[in-house]
Amino acid sequence: MSTVPAELEYTDAHEWLRRLPDGTVEVGITDHAQHALGDLVYVELPEVGRAVKAGEACAVVESVKSASDVYSPVTGEVIACNPVLEKAPETINQDPYRAGWMMRVRVAPDAVAGAVLSAAQYTEFLDGKDD
Amino acid sequence: MAFIPHTPADVREMLAAIGAADVEALFDEIPAGLRSEPLAGVPEALNEMRIGRLLRERAAADGMVLSFIGAGAYEHHIPAAVWAIASRGEFYTSYTPYQAEASQGTLQLIYEYQTMIASLTGMEVANASLYDGASSLAEAALMAVRANRKAPSRRILVPATTHPHYRQVARAITGRQGLSFDVLPYDADEGILATSDIVAAAGAVALVVQQPNFFGRLEEVDALTDWAHAQGMLVIAVVNPISLGLLEPPGAWGGRGADIVVGEGQPLGVPLSSGGPYFGFMATRKEFVRHMPGRIVGRTLDTSGREGYTLTLQAREQHIRRAKATSNICTNQGLLVTAATIYLSLMGAQGIERTAAASHARTRELLAALVRLPGVRTAFRGPCFHEAVLRFDRPVAPLLEGLARDGILGGFDLAGHYPELGPALLVCATETKTSADIERYAAALGRLLGAPPVRAGIC
Repeated sequence: MSTVPAELEYTDAHEWLRRLPDGTVEVGITDHAQHALGDLVYVELPEVGRAVKAGEACAVVESVKSASDVYSPVTGEVIACNPVLEKAPETINQDPYRAGWMMRVRVAPDAVAGAVLSAAQYTEFLDGKDD
Repeated sequence: MAFIPHTPADVREMLAAIGAADVEALFDEIPAGLRSEPLAGVPEALNEMRIGRLLRERAAADGMVLSFIGAGAYEHHIPAAVWAIASRGEFYTSYTPYQAEASQGTLQLIYEYQTMIASLTGMEVANASLYDGASSLAEAALMAVRANRKAPSRRILVPATTHPHYRQVARAITGRQGLSFDVLPYDADEGILATSDIVAAAGAVALVVQQPNFFGRLEEVDALTDWAHAQGMLVIAVVNPISLGLLEPPGAWGGRGADIVVGEGQPLGVPLSSGGPYFGFMATRKEFVRHMPGRIVGRTLDTSGREGYTLTLQAREQHIRRAKATSNICTNQGLLVTAATIYLSLMGAQGIERTAAASHARTRELLAALVRLPGVRTAFRGPCFHEAVLRFDRPVAPLLEGLARDGILGGFDLAGHYPELGPALLVCATETKTSADIERYAAALGRLLGAPPVRAGIC
């Protein structure tokens, strides 16, 4: 059973987002996602400064058996990427919600909020998939 | 791996199981307008005896010509052992099996090939090959766009001294993906690109540098590489592999070296064969390897600690990455790569260097003989490798026809691609040409130009 921290928000593409006190948003992939992908061998992150739209593919996580896009859950500008992942992509497998964060996005002020799920809704979503 | 087609009984059984009347019924959903008619231009199949005779007759029509044409495909001596070994049953297949690791010998050969290409080009990593030199430039351009994410455009700078067919193929393959090619002019006296001539370069993704260039001239690769890097561009080197026996490898160009190296592999043991099949090679720096198209073989250890070979970094490829794959090339030119690997093994670094040096010497000898003829002069100042442009005082095409009647292919007429040069001919001599061959060419051309008979004696 994968962990779904209650304080985070989620997408149906298995990204999580954490709203930080400074108003920016931290993004990563969920425990369920890292488990489904298997051992990650490479993470391709966006350029800092890139403008991303909610639902736009902006990163790639590659495991020994597949490569998948990661979609930005919000519209805004990428202000930081996790430098640890370049050398140690397995950090996502080990600690997907903390040390394995992928990028921080400054949400555009006029952005239309993307569809996000609460922890309870995401858990329900995962349960539905297991059937 | 036997291929056993379905018997008529199998086909009937399968059709019955899904309730289809015949095989044609399986294609019902394709509208008639989208279906191709029988191919009117393609004749009925011939049996082996007839096709063998037809091909012998066609081959005889070519005759035993003496060729001084280069222009992208080069006649080099191929040691008899190359194809004797490549034709062995163990090698004589052009395809990696679907479960590639079941064929360790094939993978080991490709690994050796990659190692040799990386060594020859001075780069860190090479792929298992591409289709040919021209399409490898297209792949390099697409790769540069992926690798140089900071560039604000999809423009590639390509000198007019780059092979015209390569430029055409690169445009054809990449145009629909939004890439464009800005053609840079060359210096009229020197026949090479000068950085001072490059305008409107800002924001381009990459600069293509062909060495030697289409005119056989040597570009100032160090200065061009450093200039491009200073502009935030990547450098795509297009090189002749034999020339690397003498010239600086692209990995050592300028301060940082070229970023992507491609080229036509044909000179490495592949016969001219009327234009193909050939193979393209590609090498890059390790930091760009995930942007590289094509298959890559890696060496590893199995669970018992024994050395083994495996396809690696496959997440770049279309069977995993689908539409977002680095390329829809999912194969390599296996048989030709086999020949090239054997050729490189037999020749060694010293053999390649001697072949390059001999080709250069023969070309100088050829130029010396031809510029003695009336109305013939070299078009550009400066050094060349094994090819050069000659200017004439009259149109080249009739001269080439006259030479062909004497069994000589005199060179590549540049009138079509470079009309600004006036009557101009690209000539090439490799190590396969003797002094007698060169005298024969000079004498035949001299007769056509109305020159008095030339006494033998070169230089």
